[in-house]
Amino acid sequence: MTRKNRRLILVLGCVIGLGSATVLVFQAFRSTGELFIVPSKIATNAPKADRNFRLGGMVEAGSLQRFQDANRPAVRFRVSDGVASVSVEYVGILPDLFREGQGVVTLGKLRPDGSFAAQEVLAKHDENYMPPDMADELKKTGWKPEQGSPPAAALWNAAKANTSSLQTSPGKIGG
Amino acid sequence: MIPELGHFALALAIAFAVAQAILPLWGAHRGDVRLMQAAPALALGQLIGLTASFACLVWVSVTDDFSVQNIAENSHTLKPLLYKITGAWGSHEGSILFWCLILSICGGAVALFGGPLPASLRARVIGVLGFTALGFELFTLIESNPFTRLWPPPLDGRDMNPLLQDPGLASHPPILYLGYVGFAIPFAFAVAALLEGRIDAAWGRWVRPWTLAAWCCLTAGIALGSWWSYYVLGWGGYWFWDPVENASLLPWLTGTALLHSAIVVEKREALKTWTVLLAIGTFALSLSGTFLVRSGILNSVHSFANDPARGVFILGLLALIIGGSLLIFAIRAPTLGNSGLFSAISREGALVLNNILLCSIAAVVLTGTLYPLFADLLLDMKISVGPPFFQATVLPLAAPVFGAMAVAPMLSWKRASLGPALVRLWWVALVALAVGMFASLGMKAVPALAMGAAAWMILGALAEIVERIRLFRVPLGNSVARLFALKLSTFGTTLGHAGLGVTVAGLAGMSMTVEQVLLVRPGETVQVAGYDWHLAGMSDAKGSNYNARVATIEVSQDGVPIATLSPERRAFTTQTMTTTEAKISTNFVRDLYAVLGEERDGAAVLRLHMNPLAPWIWLGALVMALGGLCSLADRRLRVAAPKRAASAEALSRP
Repeated sequence: MTRKNRRLILVLGCVIGLGSATVLVFQAFRSTGELFIVPSKIATNAPKADRNFRLGGMVEAGSLQRFQDANRPAVRFRVSDGVASVSVEYVGILPDLFREGQGVVTLGKLRPDGSFAAQEVLAKHDENYMPPDMADELKKTGWKPEQGSPPAAALWNAAKANTSSLQTSPGKIGG
Repeated sequence: MIPELGHFALALAIAFAVAQAILPLWGAHRGDVRLMQAAPALALGQLIGLTASFACLVWVSVTDDFSVQNIAENSHTLKPLLYKITGAWGSHEGSILFWCLILSICGGAVALFGGPLPASLRARVIGVLGFTALGFELFTLIESNPFTRLWPPPLDGRDMNPLLQDPGLASHPPILYLGYVGFAIPFAFAVAALLEGRIDAAWGRWVRPWTLAAWCCLTAGIALGSWWSYYVLGWGGYWFWDPVENASLLPWLTGTALLHSAIVVEKREALKTWTVLLAIGTFALSLSGTFLVRSGILNSVHSFANDPARGVFILGLLALIIGGSLLIFAIRAPTLGNSGLFSAISREGALVLNNILLCSIAAVVLTGTLYPLFADLLLDMKISVGPPFFQATVLPLAAPVFGAMAVAPMLSWKRASLGPALVRLWWVALVALAVGMFASLGMKAVPALAMGAAAWMILGALAEIVERIRLFRVPLGNSVARLFALKLSTFGTTLGHAGLGVTVAGLAGMSMTVEQVLLVRPGETVQVAGYDWHLAGMSDAKGSNYNARVATIEVSQDGVPIATLSPERRAFTTQTMTTTEAKISTNFVRDLYAVLGEERDGAAVLRLHMNPLAPWIWLGALVMALGGLCSLADRRLRVAAPKRAASAEALSRP
C-alpha cells in the first residue's frame, strides 16, 4: 500500500467517524433539546405537547400541597415568575433543597388542562442559589437583581401564618 | 502567623517557577549544560514551597483559624476532623492551590525519575511544566489566595456543604486531580518534543507510562465521583451528563486515545504528529474542564465552588497555554517527519480506528456540553441538553468500539487479515450471542444488546490470553507455564478491556432498575421488585453536627431475611440544610437501595430501588485502573533499562 493510499484511507476514516458524529448530534438536538421556559412565556413559547421542557421559576409561598396518588406520595405547588404562575404536579420525593419561596427547575410536559406534570424536580445544591437561566428570565419579567436575591425562604414563609402546618422549620421540609 | 508562612511559601514557589520556566528552556536552546542541569533542583524547590504552603492551609483548617476568610466560609468548629483536613481542598481557593501542588508533584516526578532522559529533553519538559505551573500559581496568589485574612474574625465558621462531608468525597478530588493534572506530563513531553524537533520510539516509551499513570488516576477518580453521587445524592442515579461530569469524561476519552496512539509511536514510529496533537488536546481538555467549571462559566449541579469574577483571568491563562502550544505545534509539527507504513487492516489500523471513534465521542460530548452556552450567547435560546441527547449520540459511536475491541489485539502489526482473527474468536461470539439472547428474555433491546457486547468484550479480552498460552492445544501444564511467562503488560490490556466490559454490563443491568416511591406506616410491609420491605420503626439519632431521623427497614424474600437498611435524613444545625443518607445492601449481583423522604402524618415516604448489577459499574472501572497499573508495573522494568534503548536508537540513526 502506498503512502498516498494510506492517507486516503485515513482521511476517509476520519470523515466517516466525524460525519456520523455530526449527523447523530443534529438528529439528537432536534429530538431531545429541552427548552427552558418561565410561566409567563408558556402561552407564546410552549413546545408541542409531547415534548419535554424545563419550567423554571420561584415556588409560590404557601402553595405546596401534599396528596396521594394511589399509594404514592405526590405534591402540587405553583411556580411563578412574578407575572404568571403554573400549577405543577410531581409524584416522588422532593429534593433536599426544595423550599417554598426559592428557585426551582422542573422537567416535564404540559397537560391539556394547562398544569405541568413534572418528571423531575431539580433544586440546586445551595440554598441561595438562583439558576442563571432563571435570573435572566426573571430580569425580563421585572425582578431586579440589584434588589438583591429574593427573600430567604424562612422570611417569605413567615409572612404567611397559615403555612406553618406545611413547614415547621426550613430544615425539615423537602425530601 | 501560619497563614502568612503559607502565603510566603506560595510566593517562594512562584519565584522557583519563574526560574524553572525560563532557565532550562533557555539552556536547552543555547546548549548550556549548567542551565539545563538546574532544572531538577528548581522543580524540587517549587514542589517544596507548594507542599509547605498546602501544609499550612491544612494546619489552619484543622486549628479552626477563622481569621482566614477561606476557613471562615467553609469550616466550623463542630466539623469532624477528617473533613477539616479534606476541607482544605474542598473550597475553591484550596482546590486551586491543591491543583498547583499536584502540578508541582508532576514536575518533581520528572526531576526525580527523569535521570535517564536526554538532558535537553528533560530540561525542556521541566521548563514547560514550570511555565504552566507559574500561570496557575500566579492566579492562586493574585485572584484566589486561600490565606486572605478576615477582620474582625467571626466566632465560628459557616461550615461546609453537608453533601461534601463524606468519606467518598474526601478521596475523590485528590485522585481525580492527579488524573487531570497528570496529563500535564504528556503535554510537556509533547511541547518539548516539538521544541526539540524530534520524536522517536524512545519518546513514546517515555510518554506512555506517564499517560498510563494519569489515566489510571482519572479512571479511578471518575468512578469514585460516580459512586459518590450514587450513594450520597440519593437520587439513585450514577451519571447525569452534567457539565462537571462531562469535563472529566472528555480528557478520559482523549486520554484513552492517547494511550493507544502512544503504543503506535513506541512500537512502529507512526502517528507521531497525531500523538503530539492528542497529548496537547488532552491536557487542554483537562485544563478547560477544571477551570470552565470552577469559574462558573458552565453551570452545573456539581459546581460547589465557583466564582464568575475570576473567569477572565482563567480564560486568558487558558488561551495563553492552549493557544501557545497549538501555535508551537503549527510551526514545528512539519519537522517531525514521516512515519512508518501500515495497511488499513493491521494493529496500527485498528488503533487508528480506536482513535477516530474515541475522538468522535469526545467531540459529541463536547458539543452537547457547550451547546447550551452557545445557544444562549448566539441564538438567545435557553436550551438544556440532557441525558437523552448523550444516550442518542454516544451509544451508536461506542458500539463499534466495543465490537472492534476484542478483534484488534488479535491483529498483527503492519499487515494483517481479518479472517483468522475472527476464526479465533468464534467461541466468544457464540457465548456473546447466547448471553444477548438470554438477556433479551427479560430486558429491552438496547440493554440486551449491551449485555451481549459486554460478554463479547470480557471474553474477547480473555481470548487474547487463551491464544497466547495455547490453552487446550498443548498439554495443560505447558499452558500454565506459558501463563506465568506472559508479560504483565499483556494482562494490562486484558484487564483494561475486560474492565470496560464489566462496566458496560453494569450499565445495562442498571437500566433495568426497579424503583418505587411509597408512603409506608411503621409496621407496614410493601412489595417492591419481589422483595418484602418491612418498615420496623422510626427513630432519632444525633451526630456531631446534625440531628438525624432514621428509618429501620427489614428486607426479606419469601420469608427469608436478607438485610436491614437504615436510611437517614440529616438536618444540619449550622447550614439549615437537610441531606438524605441512602442505605445500600449489595451482593454484587444487585443492590437494594433505600432512601427516606419526609414524614407525613406518621407515615414515611420511602423510595425503594432494586438495582441489578449496579456494583459492576464501579467494579469495572476498578479493573480498568488495575489493568493500567499492571502495564505500568511492567513498563517500569523496561524503562529502568533505557541505556539499551538509547544505544539502539543511536544505532538506528545515521
